[in-house]
Amino acid sequence: MSSVREEGKDKIIFVTKEDHEIPSSADLIEEDPDDPYEEKGLILPNGEINWNCPCLGGMASGPCGTEFKDAFSCFHYSKEEVKGSDCLEQFGVMQECLQKYPEIYPQEDDSSSSQTSQDSAPAEPPSPNRAPGNEQDSETTTPNKESSEES
Amino acid sequence: MLKCNTVCKRFAPLVRASSTVCRQNVRRAGLNNVRTPTCVPVARMSTEPLGGGGDNLKYALLVGAAFVGSLTYAVVTLKGDHQRSVKRMEDISTRLQKSTLHIQSAPPALSKPKPEAAPSAEQSSPPPEAAAPDAETTGKPSADSTSPSHKLPSHTPYLLIGGGTASFAAARSIRARDPGAKVLIVTDEPDLPYMRPPLSKELWFSDDPSVTETLRFKQWNGKERSIYFQPPSFYINPEDLDSAENGGVAVLTSKKVVHMDVRGNKVKLDDDTEISYDKCLIATGGIPRSLQVLERSGEEVMKRTTLFRKIEDFKSLDKVSRSVNSITIIGGGFLGSELACALGRKSTESGLEVVQMFPEKGNMGKVLPEYLSNWTTEKVKKEGVKIISEALVKSVACKDDKLEIQLKDGRLVRTDHIVAAVGLEPNVDLAKSAGLEVDSDFGGYRVNAELQARSNIWVAGDAACFYDIRLGRRRVEHHDHAVVSGRLAGENMTGASKPYWHQSMFWSDLGPDVGYEAIGIVDSSLPTVGVFAKATAKDTPKAATEKSGTGIRSESETEDTATSPVASATPAPAVEHKDDYGKGVIFYLRDKVVVGIILWNVFNRMPIARKIIKDGEEHADLNEVAKLFNIHED
Repeated sequence: MSSVREEGKDKIIFVTKEDHEIPSSADLIEEDPDDPYEEKGLILPNGEINWNCPCLGGMASGPCGTEFKDAFSCFHYSKEEVKGSDCLEQFGVMQECLQKYPEIYPQEDDSSSSQTSQDSAPAEPPSPNRAPGNEQDSETTTPNKESSEES
Repeated sequence: MLKCNTVCKRFAPLVRASSTVCRQNVRRAGLNNVRTPTCVPVARMSTEPLGGGGDNLKYALLVGAAFVGSLTYAVVTLKGDHQRSVKRMEDISTRLQKSTLHIQSAPPALSKPKPEAAPSAEQSSPPPEAAAPDAETTGKPSADSTSPSHKLPSHTPYLLIGGGTASFAAARSIRARDPGAKVLIVTDEPDLPYMRPPLSKELWFSDDPSVTETLRFKQWNGKERSIYFQPPSFYINPEDLDSAENGGVAVLTSKKVVHMDVRGNKVKLDDDTEISYDKCLIATGGIPRSLQVLERSGEEVMKRTTLFRKIEDFKSLDKVSRSVNSITIIGGGFLGSELACALGRKSTESGLEVVQMFPEKGNMGKVLPEYLSNWTTEKVKKEGVKIISEALVKSVACKDDKLEIQLKDGRLVRTDHIVAAVGLEPNVDLAKSAGLEVDSDFGGYRVNAELQARSNIWVAGDAACFYDIRLGRRRVEHHDHAVVSGRLAGENMTGASKPYWHQSMFWSDLGPDVGYEAIGIVDSSLPTVGVFAKATAKDTPKAATEKSGTGIRSESETEDTATSPVASATPAPAVEHKDDYGKGVIFYLRDKVVVGIILWNVFNRMPIARKIIKDGEEHADLNEVAKLFNIHED
């Protein structure tokens, strides 16, 4: 059973696990998917890429931002059967740029980074997208604590 | 002329005398022809001082000689001066060339790592071959160029005043949304943009003795990183900004914007350089508030006082903490309490006395409801801090190399060094010249919900007093707000027109037992409802925090403090829960609507908290709302 105590204007409630097992009766307003103010994910409602998405880990705003945007846009709009297979050139150019800034875009996998990016290009955005993303764009120091970067 | 007359008259009798002698001599000698001519002029001179043809000639010669002499002197002097001035001009131009060469040679180290960046030996950017994942640390570009910046861009599409968190977030946002954007950041600090929270938390817990140089810390996930957002290679040289094909972010350090011309869309720096812009962001943050009492106490006291905010303050406080016996922190808010805990932990090794004094009854007295503030204060005491609450400083004096703090209630505290953490004064220096409104309630530049002050001018971060659609006008001094508002300003500078909507959060860690996240308006003067989990054995603070990986703690330290007096059995009803606020959620209400939430030792639930605030609904039973947080789970 929960216990309630009041100290002036402050109310203190202690609850056990059982107390909270009964589902909540609190109402939350349903989310509006078309809300223009809400932070959007990677793909905007109109189908375009949200370059400012924290999920991109700052790839679009760094020194190789232009190359990344070219490659990723090509991939996004690619209609090939193997998505992005017509974008190898752009990915190649991007990879070259990434290699010029090893401090900013650390290559997790030193030996076969160019290989893997070539291979994985059709399937998904190349690996540098993920790894440095969490590292470099975590403008908050404790990403475990939810922050605007991760929404 | 007159002089000549008198002289001649004086000599006249002598001359007459000598002339008669001469004549006599001549008669005696008998050699008239020889002697006579010599005497004759003498005789003549005695009777007629001036005049006579020969005299005129002599006079003319004398004057002529004097004239020629003075002319020669004049010419020589002028020539000498000319030579000197030419030499001086040469000196100046060579100095100019040297310094521009210096600027030119040094920055290549910043931009693409070219091998010929060798001359810039003083730059601390590592050679490109050192492709280690660790980011560049010191981040000092060519900060020491004192020559007029005739190589700097005279125009930049995006000008960001201030080089902190908000500015960096805006730069990112602009670059992401405007392809090839050219962004110029102007900061009066010598450092590249860095994050502030570790300066009062993680950096103090580093085991690395060179941490004041490297400025690296361990994150929650064990990975190390620098406090600088990006290494120097991320940025481009201000001089290269104009010509950069794909644009970039350039940082101009150690330069202050002193004047803003809003109609002309340009700013003036402290070295008289003018830079015009298309869009401008003011993200000037603030400076730590001082206490009048301290200011009045004289230089000896101020020498022993730290106003903590920047990297240099961290470095100097670290040094001080190793050399003194006692440090007193004035201020019981976030910064003061975090520093007290950080120094308190150090004190166990070094024997340093750490005192914290503040006017409130307990730590975080303005944020946490009284019961929780008291609980927190006890925890801070356990970190080795001597707490003096309800303390108002009356005067401070320096006696025998020690500081004496006299409190209004008569207590006296003797210490070696003071750290003042009594708030932030937002920097609104440009308000006057730019004609920008300053908010009288919260301070800072007044901006609308889209963070805009005037056409083409936005403000973000600590200095922005903005309109929050949900919570009303406010000014927020937290790191995440700087990120959120910076991003939003950047979006709006590139045409988005979005209001402040995504609520920022903040967090604090005060030792191993107290860690919380918060969102919205968290003011202890508001009525609150706190829902806490009845403690079980599993809910030891150590377990909770380790699982979530928050904060900073070493194994050995948590062993002692973790075994707090908690009940053992899980569903035991009549559990003694007196004063044990292990984990829970606290709602802050304004007119029955939740405007703020603190997640107390409960993590990864921020999205739910954000949603509740966004909805802005009146909830009859907050316990029901608390259920949404599932506080009993980890």
